[in-house]
Amino acid sequence: MTDMSNEGGKIAATPSPSQSLRKLAKYAIPVIAILGGVLIWHIASTFTSPLFLPSPAMVWGAAVEMALDGSLAGSIGASAWRIFAGWAAGVILGVPLGLFMGRFAIVRLLADPYIEFFRFIPPIAFVTLAVIWLGPGEITKIALIFYTTIFIVTLNTIAGVESVNPLRLQAARSLGATRMQEMTTIILPSTVPYMVTGARIAMGNSFLTVVSAEIVSAQQGLGSLIWTARNFARTDWVFVGIIALGCLGFVFDRIFRMVTNRTLRRFL
Amino acid sequence: MTGASINLEHVGIAFGTAQIVSNVNLTIQPGEFICLLGPSGCGKSTLLNAIAGFTPVSGRITVDGVPVTGPGLDRGVVFQSSEVLFPWLTIRQNVEYGLKLRGTPAKERREKADRYLAMVGLSHALDRFPAQLSGGMRQRAQIARVLINEPSVVLMDEPFGALDAQTREVLQAELARIWRATGCTIVFVTHDIWEAVLLADRVVVMTAGPAAGIKTVEEITLPHPRDQGDAQALTLFRRLRDDIGAEVRRALAQQGLSTEAAE
Repeated sequence: MTDMSNEGGKIAATPSPSQSLRKLAKYAIPVIAILGGVLIWHIASTFTSPLFLPSPAMVWGAAVEMALDGSLAGSIGASAWRIFAGWAAGVILGVPLGLFMGRFAIVRLLADPYIEFFRFIPPIAFVTLAVIWLGPGEITKIALIFYTTIFIVTLNTIAGVESVNPLRLQAARSLGATRMQEMTTIILPSTVPYMVTGARIAMGNSFLTVVSAEIVSAQQGLGSLIWTARNFARTDWVFVGIIALGCLGFVFDRIFRMVTNRTLRRFL
Repeated sequence: MTGASINLEHVGIAFGTAQIVSNVNLTIQPGEFICLLGPSGCGKSTLLNAIAGFTPVSGRITVDGVPVTGPGLDRGVVFQSSEVLFPWLTIRQNVEYGLKLRGTPAKERREKADRYLAMVGLSHALDRFPAQLSGGMRQRAQIARVLINEPSVVLMDEPFGALDAQTREVLQAELARIWRATGCTIVFVTHDIWEAVLLADRVVVMTAGPAAGIKTVEEITLPHPRDQGDAQALTLFRRLRDDIGAEVRRALAQQGLSTEAAE
């Protein structure tokens, strides 16, 4: 309360009871929702066999066991690394590609048929080919996530370039900007919100891709964990893998939002 | 910074098959303040864009004898919409934008930006972003961003059109002061007759489109600062209003509306 009242040196910054209640509710209600879900899950599990639906306690036990022998961290680490590497490469290449395609009609016309064709082919369809061409190693998984990401980021960036306010370009030109300066000082910053949106959607899709790629070819990773569990009839392991995926996605998204808010705030 | 002369010879502007402006001839003296006045949609902004170099024309536009082929630093443009300020830059960074493009050293940039921001009365808002300013302040920032390039011609497209009446009056007076201080040539588009009477050396009244041209050119010799209560100003206002009224009625008649309906 005391440090709140110092905020901005403004008077009467002390939150009213209803305000602090609302703040509490903002965090308490989601927690209640999670606990409620676990409770329903627990009740449901008492009516079924553990193979069909393991109880929350069983899953927790399996998670602790896997955490202790290091396999959980190993799986999470392997998947996280693949997602990050493929996604980052896709963003780094997709942004300039989108900028050039949005800016120069000829680049757009050249690439358009390929974009229009490949955008409808899900990365999962390429898993087999990727293994044949690139082998069973890390690069295969990373390449598939790269493929997932670059389309989304490129298409979003193109949309961003096309929506740049033409008056701002006119203003820049009459203030002396060359074509190249127009690109770096107006189009690039104007397009940032679109790139960020594209990168965020691509992050979500990368999770889809990583699981299917790891199911087909991986010794380690959350996808392979889920697949291996099937062979041992360990439904509780499957649950651990799924929950770990969800949490990993949540953490990635939060980090992404935090970093973009910190570094790109003025462009958003 | 001194003004440049502007010469328009048989200027026509067409978008596709639509002739927006046709056969405009006008000579603007160095340091003159010209208002382009006309009913909305008559093509006055289009003509301004042509002088700015945004729009290709038939005929010839020259500034100090040099043909206009595209946008140039000699002609600064102040837009009606303050959206043209770059929202990711602070007011100071917006104003320094032109100098930064040309690699002016930071110290010189700062000093100049300080000077021009003081000229438009924005010294207190340097580090704020455009979204944090009022409409009137944003237009001042736009003016400073243009003036820092020391253009010999400033083209203004209804710069105060979106402001409330009080703010507009203040900015009109400031513009008159800045114009005298800098000596640049100003071409100012407006549909506000009082604005034209208060500011201009000459008012160019345009005919209603399509294929708009110049209807009359009115010289205003009243001393500054001008007042709306002044009898001569009022006479001028009435004459310009009648000129434009006739054009509006003609335009509406062309669109199939009767004169009665228009009034």
